[in-house]
Amino acid sequence: MSEMRFTEDHEWVRIEGDVATIGITEYAQDQLGDIVFIDLPESGAEFAQGDDAAVIESVKAASDIYAPVSGEVGEVNEALDVEPATVNQDAEGEGWLFTLTISDPGELDNLMDADAYKAFVAKL
Amino acid sequence: MDRTPLQTLEQHDDFISRHIGPRDSDIQAMLDTIGVESLDALIVRAVPSGLRSDTPLDLPPARREDDVLAELRAMAGQNTVLRSMIGMGYYDCFTPGVILRNVLENPGWYTAYTPYQPEISQGRLEALLNFQTMVMDLTGMEMANASLLDEATAAAEAMTLCRRVGKKKSDSFFVSDACHTQTIDVLRTRAAPLGISLIVGDVRTDLADADPFGILLQYPASDGAVEDYADVVATAHDAGALVTVAADLLALTLLTPPGEWDADVVVGSAQRFGVPMGCGGPHAAFLATREAYRRSIPGRLVGVSIDMAGRPALRLALQTREQHIRREKATSNICTAQVLLAVMAGLYAVYHGPERLETIARRVHRLTSVAAAGLRGLGFDMANDSWFDTLCVRAPGAASSLLTKARTEGYNFRQIDDGTLGLSFDETTTTDDIAAVLRIFGGDGSVGETDTGVEDDAIPSALRRTSPFLTHPVFNSYHSETEMLRYLKRLQDKDIALDRSMIPLGSCTMKLNATTEMAPVTWPEFGRIHPFAPDDQLVGYRTLIEGLEVMLCRATGFDAVSFQPNAGSQGEYAGLLVIRAYHESRGEGGRDICLIPSSAHGTNPASAVMAGLKVVVVDCDDHGNIDVDDLKAKAETHADALAALMVTYPSTHGVFEEPIRDICAIVHDNGGQVYLDGANLNAMLGVCYPADFGADVSHMNLHKTFCIPHGGGGPGMGPIGVQAHLAPFLPSHHTQPMADEAVGAIAAAPWGSPSILTISWAYIAMMGGNGLRRATELAILNANYIAHRLNPYFPVLYTGPGGLVAHECIVDLRRLEGDISIDDVAKRLVDFGIHAPTMSFPVADTLMIEPTESESKTEIDRFCDAMIAVHGEIARVESGALDREDNPLRNAPHTLEDVVNDSWAHAYSREEAAFPSAATRENKYWPPVGRIDQVYGDRNFVCACPPLDAYRDAAD
Repeated sequence: MSEMRFTEDHEWVRIEGDVATIGITEYAQDQLGDIVFIDLPESGAEFAQGDDAAVIESVKAASDIYAPVSGEVGEVNEALDVEPATVNQDAEGEGWLFTLTISDPGELDNLMDADAYKAFVAKL
Repeated sequence: MDRTPLQTLEQHDDFISRHIGPRDSDIQAMLDTIGVESLDALIVRAVPSGLRSDTPLDLPPARREDDVLAELRAMAGQNTVLRSMIGMGYYDCFTPGVILRNVLENPGWYTAYTPYQPEISQGRLEALLNFQTMVMDLTGMEMANASLLDEATAAAEAMTLCRRVGKKKSDSFFVSDACHTQTIDVLRTRAAPLGISLIVGDVRTDLADADPFGILLQYPASDGAVEDYADVVATAHDAGALVTVAADLLALTLLTPPGEWDADVVVGSAQRFGVPMGCGGPHAAFLATREAYRRSIPGRLVGVSIDMAGRPALRLALQTREQHIRREKATSNICTAQVLLAVMAGLYAVYHGPERLETIARRVHRLTSVAAAGLRGLGFDMANDSWFDTLCVRAPGAASSLLTKARTEGYNFRQIDDGTLGLSFDETTTTDDIAAVLRIFGGDGSVGETDTGVEDDAIPSALRRTSPFLTHPVFNSYHSETEMLRYLKRLQDKDIALDRSMIPLGSCTMKLNATTEMAPVTWPEFGRIHPFAPDDQLVGYRTLIEGLEVMLCRATGFDAVSFQPNAGSQGEYAGLLVIRAYHESRGEGGRDICLIPSSAHGTNPASAVMAGLKVVVVDCDDHGNIDVDDLKAKAETHADALAALMVTYPSTHGVFEEPIRDICAIVHDNGGQVYLDGANLNAMLGVCYPADFGADVSHMNLHKTFCIPHGGGGPGMGPIGVQAHLAPFLPSHHTQPMADEAVGAIAAAPWGSPSILTISWAYIAMMGGNGLRRATELAILNANYIAHRLNPYFPVLYTGPGGLVAHECIVDLRRLEGDISIDDVAKRLVDFGIHAPTMSFPVADTLMIEPTESESKTEIDRFCDAMIAVHGEIARVESGALDREDNPLRNAPHTLEDVVNDSWAHAYSREEAAFPSAATRENKYWPPVGRIDQVYGDRNFVCACPPLDAYRDAAD
């Protein structure tokens, strides 16, 4: 049974056991516009919560994506190298960016749940 | 009886009203419109009283154009033009007349801006694409960018590129001692702040001990040798290091290009492709590399995309690499590059084509071999047994005397040491020159065999080029002068430059580049001079440079100027290094924090990072001004480590921020120095002096305030002015050494691009102190007039003292309805034949407008009328009178092809699309392409000339 969490930087985190799958939300992809390139981390890279993990580029902007929790990168969605637009089309599904093996489950408590994130976005 | 004083009849002030747009009656009308009594009153209201200076500019009064030209001719006459054989990356060459007259001397080309609005820039974008393709072909590499500032800084960019993309964990970079001296010097300066350890040595014996992340080779070597580096490359790659090769473009027509022996990056100068040496510049440098590294390369990059109708269209690609988007994470701080010179070099290749280029190269090589044979016959031997154009001649104990003898005969040799001379030959070398050289070495004036039996195997057979190059039709179609002339005209006609329309780009200061200012640039006495020529041959240049230094010091209050930085971004970098050297000299070298307001131009944080500083962003308040409390808090928090504040004044929001003195004081109180970004100097000349209110160092964009034309994205010049305490640290150069504590070389040539300093010198001389002050007044008046006219439609975002703006204003488009974007407004202005203002900088979804003093009231009104008409169209979209999707804004710009097409599918008329104003009927600019698909261009990256089928298919 998976849980969803969200960050104030508009990343979503789907937790299954000790593996977190990470992507950006619908709201974020809409704000970014047409995505032309995604700079993904390498498998095996280690991040602390808040570290620069990836960069998503549109034509006019480059948005830093931060590791929502600490851990080691497992899988990376390499299909995005060929079709970065997948993040625009299905940000919360096929547009997942990478997975992390969570090193500190306690960090999840700092993240928003789905309702809290909805309320957060409504105020923007 | 005519009682007018003769002085008046002599019209000494004439140029002022040629440079300034509005007539006296217009000025009065504009003052009345904005409700200010006079220009003096305008300055009193707009500029904070604590900063406004009543001291008039201490410069001579205005002078007539013919008078100034006469003085420049005298200055030119003080230079001694010898035939240069110094080489080291600078070679004499011929600029084809058709390119000289129709590009370098043509305002349609040189007054253009950087092609950020690609639909109105297809001409120069194509010329740049030709340049990129030429470089890719000659170097054998997969991609090339649209120019860098010079070979030495290109090598430094390659160094950091290799560090970014390489996998090797190492902090050292190995430089072959066969590289040009100035390249090694610049690399030393650039490596140190980044913690890169530079190792200079013999690549065959010293590389094994080093373990670098990258290496730099020179091909051919600085002393002329043509070496096979294939094994060096293989070894380097095995060790995980990347290989950069600094290569000569003309040599590459005969030599196996580095791309074919697995080089990772190739850099070099394109000067010898038809651009004068200019005592160091301007000229374009190039950088070519693997396609896989495309997201990491520095500088502007032209890419191919399509427009709304599927036509191939060119644009600046992958801009997210660059400083204006990525700021402190940019691949480089480079902004203005050397576009006009890259255009010329690419056109040199277009005009000559592969065969003529190869003929030129073979002639150069043959003459070099003839000289070698002759020298051997006289008993001299060469240190190099392979060459392209350069001989390293052994003359034990005789080098100095031969050098002197050569000078009296009219030739500059290169003295390598007491017993060695360098001789480099070029496109302009003739058999008479060879005969003269041999006479200098003791010969009788005969040249010897020139045809058969000459040692033509000085190029190792393994390195003779076999691969074709410049095969694209563009390099094979315009070899008659008539064809070339028409090609150039077609390209020119596609673009909007200042010859067609005002270019009201905020902080770009697109003012008049007067003909008299431009004329001396192409005089041979300024052009055919090598940057390392001996001082006694450069008296004219010295007079020019020292004269301009005095002028700029008087204009700003600074005490000394360095002209080495050849762009504003280079000025920032040099200025920050000067600040670091100053702290170091006081035992405070640990100061490494740089405060930068969030509104700063992207080059500021990018330059700070290159200078090894850590960026701390200072907030702006709701009025767009520096939040002084935040500045104070951060300055105090970092007091032990504070190196500098970078501040732009007036601000990037176009406002004279009142607390600037306090801001500078806060920084000084906490141990830091103040760097002033001088991009907005056009609002200050003669009105306030940056050195007075606390700036310690400032760069001056000579290609903004001081009339060097923008050239489509370069050349520029960014000299830095400093207060006396920083003067000892101004950058040194191996030919113009400064004190020990000076910062090392930051550019290849000691005075950057000195041949274009004539432009700024002439401008200041013709305007005089009174004219420059008048220009500032009009720059501020024109901006306030526009603000006043547009405010009811597009609110002006920020004002300063007295409710006025400085020389530019930001108008707010953030509440546009019906999905109309700022792009739509900019592209609709194209239908009106007007270049859009700056979009979304420094505030998203705004336009920043800087008219400059050169625009007339007529043109300014034309601009305002167009903006107001666009506002009317937006209102009609909001009210439903125009469709939300299918309206003239969303579909702009409209091409001639769109409008004459038999099927017109839009809800509005063709007439409305193409002739939105009465003015457009009399004078219509047709964009060659429609709205360009930027996303497609970055997703499907192509940076070389597309095959001709691409155009045919689109037409079908």
